[in-house]
Amino acid sequence: MRPYLLKGHERPLTQVKYNREGDLLISCAKNLYPCLWLAEDGRRLGTYEGHNGAVWTCEISLDSQRLITASADQTVRIWELPTGKELHQIKMNEPCRASALSVGEKLLAFTTDSFMGVPPQIHIVDVDLQAAPGSGPIAGDKPRLTFDAPKGRITRVGWIEQNRVLITSHDGGFVRRWDAETGEMLQEAQVHEDAIQDMQFSADGSYVVTASLDKAAKLVDVTTLEVLKTYKTGRFVQSAAVSPILDHILLGGGQDASQVTTTSAKAGGFEARFFHKIYTEEFGNVRGHFGPINSVAFSPDGRSFVTGGEDGYVRVHHFDNDFFSTKWL
Amino acid sequence: MARSRIRWADTLDEEEGEFSLPPTSVRGPDSHGVKTTTEFYRNERGDAFKKVTKTKVVHVEKKVYKVTEERRNWPRFGMAATETREDSVTVQQKEEIPFERVRQLKATQQEKKFTDMQAAMQSADKSAIVGSLKDMLYKRRMERELLRAKGLLADAEKPPDEDGGRASGLPAAPKPGSYVPPSVRNRGAGGGNEGESMQQRRRDENSLRVTNLSEDVSEADLQELFRPFGPISRVFLAVDRTTGENRGFAFVNYVYREDADRAIRNLNGYGYDNLILRVEYAAPRAER
Repeated sequence: MRPYLLKGHERPLTQVKYNREGDLLISCAKNLYPCLWLAEDGRRLGTYEGHNGAVWTCEISLDSQRLITASADQTVRIWELPTGKELHQIKMNEPCRASALSVGEKLLAFTTDSFMGVPPQIHIVDVDLQAAPGSGPIAGDKPRLTFDAPKGRITRVGWIEQNRVLITSHDGGFVRRWDAETGEMLQEAQVHEDAIQDMQFSADGSYVVTASLDKAAKLVDVTTLEVLKTYKTGRFVQSAAVSPILDHILLGGGQDASQVTTTSAKAGGFEARFFHKIYTEEFGNVRGHFGPINSVAFSPDGRSFVTGGEDGYVRVHHFDNDFFSTKWL
Repeated sequence: MARSRIRWADTLDEEEGEFSLPPTSVRGPDSHGVKTTTEFYRNERGDAFKKVTKTKVVHVEKKVYKVTEERRNWPRFGMAATETREDSVTVQQKEEIPFERVRQLKATQQEKKFTDMQAAMQSADKSAIVGSLKDMLYKRRMERELLRAKGLLADAEKPPDEDGGRASGLPAAPKPGSYVPPSVRNRGAGGGNEGESMQQRRRDENSLRVTNLSEDVSEADLQELFRPFGPISRVFLAVDRTTGENRGFAFVNYVYREDADRAIRNLNGYGYDNLILRVEYAAPRAER
């Protein structure tokens, strides 16, 4: 395959995400403006300008009309996705990190880091993404519910069980389930020994794949928090994704960025690595980045994937046809 | 008078610069999906060329969401609106990035043999090549046997008696007075000649005829096979001149007759390279 190299950010990428149809791509980085790309040929459609700090995560509405970004500049912003116009800003007093829209897109959950003595928190706000710009509030000014989490950064958040439960991943390797009505912690499990950097849902939402600095990725059942599978890599795992069509797990990561210059490029392990979901064996990899991969994503049709690296590049790979006819394991 | 006259060749030359080439025409795609493009062009010297390009047109159907077609035409905004091609924000990588396999598949026997063979060809390890070659030759031989069984191929050559080939190949009786090589002199004349009898002895004595050999047996293999029974004075493997393969029979001469006896006892009926050897005394020419 001949990947497309997207150089829209001069700083390390934080998250790459496809929209529902898989024709659009949003990339967030530690620079100030997320970018919108056409996933097919990597053409840049636009940038979202307004943030004042690193953009940690983004969330795309199902109709691809709204974009939600959570940033270290202590705001969560809602954008008109096709035009790049900022529609709303939720101002917090702490850096905002993870964000997730509920099923039905009436609620938005996002997390803030601990800051100035305030513990890490999870917030839920009412949103009305369908509201025409100017006709009414797109989101509540204040969260309808805020609850504290134990010490340690909250890296990802997701809605499960018909919006009744929130699932979060944490520094320290914890995955926790929360009652979305009351903010009460329902269950916690330490599935990793080190920070969980990324948590992505499977296509049916019944399990998540967690990527951790303990050099492993794991499949975790969202209802029981039971570890189903473990993928040992020997390298820091920054991001993991589940193929929507095949029993494949895509892992991205590599040596810590601060140590890259002290070793040879080969030792870095900056490949995008493919593991078999069931046999947990690695069967292939795709090279390209010259820094650790910070974020990976499969397109919804499973025929392409995208990686965003510490090197500031986003690489869009479309699988060759023989990838699907080859027996890999 | 002759100068004022316009020769047609001159006019052709002058006109050549002016007369325009036919336009490029495109035919097809025809029923096989082949599109034919015919173009005419000149090189820098003004020679006209016709270039016919045939391209296969393949239609690949790809289903896309209707809404994605609209999105492709969205106007650009933000920094994307002002970017130019020179900014090279999006670049397709020139080189092919392979999907690299991490571990080799547990290949089936046949695939394995093939890949082994290829690997062996590339490596410098000759013993590996020989091993794989044997496999390959064995396969080829089996195919040949199959053809033979079906009657598509002539039967294997019957081994002649010692020196039979040569005898038949020579003119039956040299004309009197013509040159006869010493080795052939007095042949059939009933011996008596010293030099000839020496050779005769060497050829005839303790000579074993080995038949039903496989095609990939070499003289060295025979040496190896027959050496354990005693000193060997000669190994002759009949080789087909055109194909370079052996013809399935060989002659082995022992220095001592006891050794020859033992070789026959041990090797007649011996399974060698999937064939059953026949080892017997070569019929001496005198008896023929």
